[in-house]
Amino acid sequence: MATTAPRQATARPRHTRRNPRRPVWQERPAPATQSAKGAAIVAILLIIALPLYSIVLTSFSDQASVNIAGGLVVWPHGLTLSAYRLIAEGGVVGRALVISVLLTAVGTAFSVTVTILASYGLSRAGSFGHKTILWFMMITMFFSGGIIPLFLVVSGLGGFDQYWALILPGAVSVFNIIVMRAFFMNIASDMIESALIDGASDWKILWRIVLPTSRAVTAVIALFYGVTYWNSWFNILLFMPADSVKWPLQMVLYTYVTQGNPMPGSGSSTIGGFVGNQQIAPLSLQMAVVTLTVVPVLIVYPFVQKHFTKGVLLGAIKG
Amino acid sequence: MTLPAAVLLLVFGYTPMLGLVMAFQDYDLYDGILHSPWVGFANFQLLFTDPGFWHAFANTLVLFSVQLVLSFPIPIALAIMLDGILSRRLRSFIQSMVTLPHFFSMVMVVTIFDQVLGGSGLLDTFLRGHGVINPPDLVTNPGLFKFLVAGQLIWKESGWNMIIYLAALAAISPSLYEAAAVDGANWRQRTWRITLPGLRPIMVLLLILNLGYALTFGFEQMLIQLAAVGPGAAQVLTTFSYENGIVQGNYSYGAAAGLFLGVTSVILILSANRVAHLLGEDGLYRNSRR
Repeated sequence: MATTAPRQATARPRHTRRNPRRPVWQERPAPATQSAKGAAIVAILLIIALPLYSIVLTSFSDQASVNIAGGLVVWPHGLTLSAYRLIAEGGVVGRALVISVLLTAVGTAFSVTVTILASYGLSRAGSFGHKTILWFMMITMFFSGGIIPLFLVVSGLGGFDQYWALILPGAVSVFNIIVMRAFFMNIASDMIESALIDGASDWKILWRIVLPTSRAVTAVIALFYGVTYWNSWFNILLFMPADSVKWPLQMVLYTYVTQGNPMPGSGSSTIGGFVGNQQIAPLSLQMAVVTLTVVPVLIVYPFVQKHFTKGVLLGAIKG
Repeated sequence: MTLPAAVLLLVFGYTPMLGLVMAFQDYDLYDGILHSPWVGFANFQLLFTDPGFWHAFANTLVLFSVQLVLSFPIPIALAIMLDGILSRRLRSFIQSMVTLPHFFSMVMVVTIFDQVLGGSGLLDTFLRGHGVINPPDLVTNPGLFKFLVAGQLIWKESGWNMIIYLAALAAISPSLYEAAAVDGANWRQRTWRITLPGLRPIMVLLLILNLGYALTFGFEQMLIQLAAVGPGAAQVLTTFSYENGIVQGNYSYGAAAGLFLGVTSVILILSANRVAHLLGEDGLYRNSRR
């Protein structure tokens, strides 16, 4: 009997109390509908979060827990940092991580600079041939020479196994230029004109007026470029030889985790490795590589997330 | 100021286009474009009689269509569900969770799927632990590959594609819902008669634009999984061109396949935009006559 009393107490206000955010015309959904929706939400969140959780947990688990789980660890048992300690001792993963971070930083800075300059140049109505140049750029969005001629051009310029081959060919996204140019064109032109009359150069206008008013769009575009550099994989396959010491992280992930090839410097893949006399499960080491590849994305994500809607819609509406 | 971008596009965008003339040559690495012998349309004759090419063509169409049919409704359903959540904090939490996989690389997504659905993956060990003797390996099965591809794309892109539907939902006037509710329409009728018709223009647009990229579908995704699943199920037109051209060093033949893809894609994209314009929508570019 004790359990029925509180249930009645909550059941009564059900008809009188309503969520203030619910529009007045909207009826309260049936309990069955509401619980089905709740279950769907939980399922969706689990489908995304559970694999990530399990991968990160496995990377911190010791050999015994991996053996108990028979694969990815879901319930934490013994935790250890040894997979990361092994990576920090150097070797292929640590080196690839450093290369990826530098490549992404340099590439993003370069791409954003080139994109801002081009967008500003093309946004000034009187600038030299801006309509023609824009057309010339947009054609590359619809038609490209394809992989094989690009490979021959880059190798012909001596780009094989060079870092610049991973940056320059994809450095400019015409789509981003169009988005940014559309944004620049909306900046009040009387402000720019009065600055021109006062004798300010284009560089000064760009630096003092245009850039400070376009921080949000710059952040979104930097994010898009940054993610592209961090995630790119095929251009490494195309422009870098097998077993290159210059491999960024995505290629290390592909070779030693996706393909499951034995990782050099950590014993063979089937044995794992040792830190001191502690054995490391090969699966933990592999999952540590996955974790290191995903963590930078997770770190940057919250900072730029609020701009997404703006970024997606800008592309969709003004492109 | 436009110069650096223009030079980059000239070198890495236009020079390769000129390089496509090698599709009409018997290209030799040492002779180069200038001295390789011309062979006319021989590479294309070979291409169109190559069973491997038509097999890749069929694979591309199958993988693309299955993926499109399965993945297209999901962002719409997600957006409608999310739009109905009253708590703003819960809504933005769910939105950031479902958008997150968009920022993972294809290698990462394939790896995650391997770890969850593959041999000795999460599902496999769970099923073994619950008495299933020999659970199927879902990531190397050629017959199931089209569904795996669709699943990977759904997991990665549904949340991202949802954002544009959310914006379209916000643009539907609340007075329509209010009037319908006053007239006694329940939520099912309101969804069917107001929400979905309100989303129709953007659905049509996205569907048409999607079709424009049908033939170049899934390059990285297939290339990563080609070894595990085999070319029987995973060879698409783009990987066919790459495998022949770069891996086997048959540059002219691969470039011929690439040129075919480039030309048909331009035709597809431009016709898709024309159709979008005929339906009164803005495509990739705006209709100048409006």
